[in-house]
Amino acid sequence: MIEQLLFYTFAILTCGGAVAVVATQNVVRMAFWLVVSLGSVAALFFLLHADFLGAAQLLIYVGGTVVLLVFGVMLTASGPYTTIKTSPAEGIIGGAVGLMLLMVLVSSIGSVDWGAISGRLPASPESPFTADSIREAHAEESLVNAGSTKAKTDLAAVQQQGRTVRQLGLSFLGLRPDRNLKEGGANGLAPGYFLPFEIVSVHLLVVLIGAAYLARAKRRAVSEDRVSLD
Amino acid sequence: MGEVGLNAYLMVGAVLFVCGVVCMATKRNGIGVLMGVELVLNGANVNFVAFSRYTSLGLDGQTVALFVIVLAAAEAAVALAIALNFYNNHLTIDVDRGNELQG
Repeated sequence: MIEQLLFYTFAILTCGGAVAVVATQNVVRMAFWLVVSLGSVAALFFLLHADFLGAAQLLIYVGGTVVLLVFGVMLTASGPYTTIKTSPAEGIIGGAVGLMLLMVLVSSIGSVDWGAISGRLPASPESPFTADSIREAHAEESLVNAGSTKAKTDLAAVQQQGRTVRQLGLSFLGLRPDRNLKEGGANGLAPGYFLPFEIVSVHLLVVLIGAAYLARAKRRAVSEDRVSLD
Repeated sequence: MGEVGLNAYLMVGAVLFVCGVVCMATKRNGIGVLMGVELVLNGANVNFVAFSRYTSLGLDGQTVALFVIVLAAAEAAVALAIALNFYNNHLTIDVDRGNELQG
């Protein structure tokens, strides 16, 4: 019940923030509504038991990317009013096309039976949130005190939900204990994400150097002009 | 509807995606276009995490979503540097003015 209430609250905040980003003409207000929308998406991640991902969304998006965008707004403000108007005809046409695209997406989401399709996936039959060690702990606990084990295991299961940090870190190191410990390697070892992790690391370094170079080039030319003028 | 299911999260992702596409298409401010890109990537992320929760895909969806977040941050940095360069050259951020490469 409380989960549904939270979901609908944050879903409405997310969608309303996104619509407000489209509808607003002022860039600073667009940045504010973007913060609302992205923060609500982080809350939706927490509701989906993705705790580390929600924290990363808050830190990187809301704390990093939006601040970067606000700095961009301040550095490129071309007057007292930072609004560049969209013509009403373009807005109406864009809104109509967007509504049609939304109807296509919603109808196609509603017409697919996701349960039947996910049953055909070759993935592990268990959810990763009940890893083997946790289930073994439950078994031992139920052996020890067979009295009120149901309530205890339910409480433990609730406490274990969403603990994904260790599994995410291991998958970045190329290890998948949530898959490989279960079947005994029946389908072969499940691959991790070590190579994409390394590629992303190098990519971030390249992006850092490239962004610094791009943002610096023009100013150096101006200073050289000044020196030559002197 | 009773329990919150996969479809509700997919609807939220669809709304985010459509808003991002419309934002990219209609905004004339370059920073606004960048905000549209962020909205699109967030819609995709919501879909990834929802599939990771409600199907047997396991942790793969969350991992991919984490990569998307990192790449979106990198994209924002580079695109902002390009926008600053554009502003230094044109003294405006209006993307309609960037037509020097037209033949």
